[in-house]
Amino acid sequence: MGILEHKFSGDNVIITSLDKVINWARSNSEWYFQFGLACCAIEMMATAAARHDLERFGAMPRSSPRQADVMLVTGTVTLKMATRIQRLYQQMADPKYVISMGSCANSGGPYWQHGYHVLKGVDQIVPVDIYIPGCPPRPEALIEGLMRLQVKIREESSLARKAS
Amino acid sequence: MTEAEIYSLLSTEFGDKVVSFQGEEKTPFAVIQHQAIHEIMSFLKRDERLKFDSLMSLSGFDLGGAEQPLGIIYHLYSMSLNHYFAVKVLFEDRENPKLKTINDLFRTADWHEREAYDMYGITFEGHPDFHRILLEDDWEGYPLRKDYVQAEFYRGMKIAKEK
Repeated sequence: MGILEHKFSGDNVIITSLDKVINWARSNSEWYFQFGLACCAIEMMATAAARHDLERFGAMPRSSPRQADVMLVTGTVTLKMATRIQRLYQQMADPKYVISMGSCANSGGPYWQHGYHVLKGVDQIVPVDIYIPGCPPRPEALIEGLMRLQVKIREESSLARKAS
Repeated sequence: MTEAEIYSLLSTEFGDKVVSFQGEEKTPFAVIQHQAIHEIMSFLKRDERLKFDSLMSLSGFDLGGAEQPLGIIYHLYSMSLNHYFAVKVLFEDRENPKLKTINDLFRTADWHEREAYDMYGITFEGHPDFHRILLEDDWEGYPLRKDYVQAEFYRGMKIAKEK
């Protein structure tokens, strides 16, 4: 699996950078915080189930924000739910990522014009890393989104000082 | 019993409190005075000839304007006698529509009445747990009314689309 597999045989010493190891571990354990908001949740369930088998990427569903790395916003974000999403996002431990799945979470989708109760895009309340288009997106699209997030995580540097 | 027979039974029992009857509609209904809702529903439920034991639906509506006011329609079904009836109430007063709850007769009415309040602002007196059901309690206005104006912000979140 990943960058180190089959590179060495027998007992050996591996020399690498800590960033690479951390990013390798993080990107291959995208435990996602699941809460289905609408029909996109059905696609998320299908993705996690046997046929598409999300766990082969190390991604598995968590029901508590404390245990999750990625928040999957799957579906219509109503204003009532938006306040809860904000709170749940704050309860997640760092490092945390957000994937916005489907048209509703991206921009309000079909509720764009007349949805008096719908937030026009979850990026108004939490920072979104990956947007997945579709209404709803196919499981392949969700897998693609998670793999794009893996690429993003692998380019991170968690130890280098950042200019602030 | 047919709907017309039920209507004639109601009008002999309650007289002026039953205002009119629309028999031509797909679902025939009687319009009644809103002050009399509880006694008429109680009669419909308890009378041996009617036995309406199921409230299938209770929904609010807004026809818009003063001549075409707010209202509630009750859809009833008798499981034991297998007949249907619908009862409609209308409110001329859009500012403060009030109605007696029928939650003590049909438990179905509990959440339906809260929804009618949530969407149309119709108040039900005597309801045991009366507040909004779908929207947050601090929401302003009643969204399914024809004269509803969408707010610009809710708790600092922008509602309206970008132009």
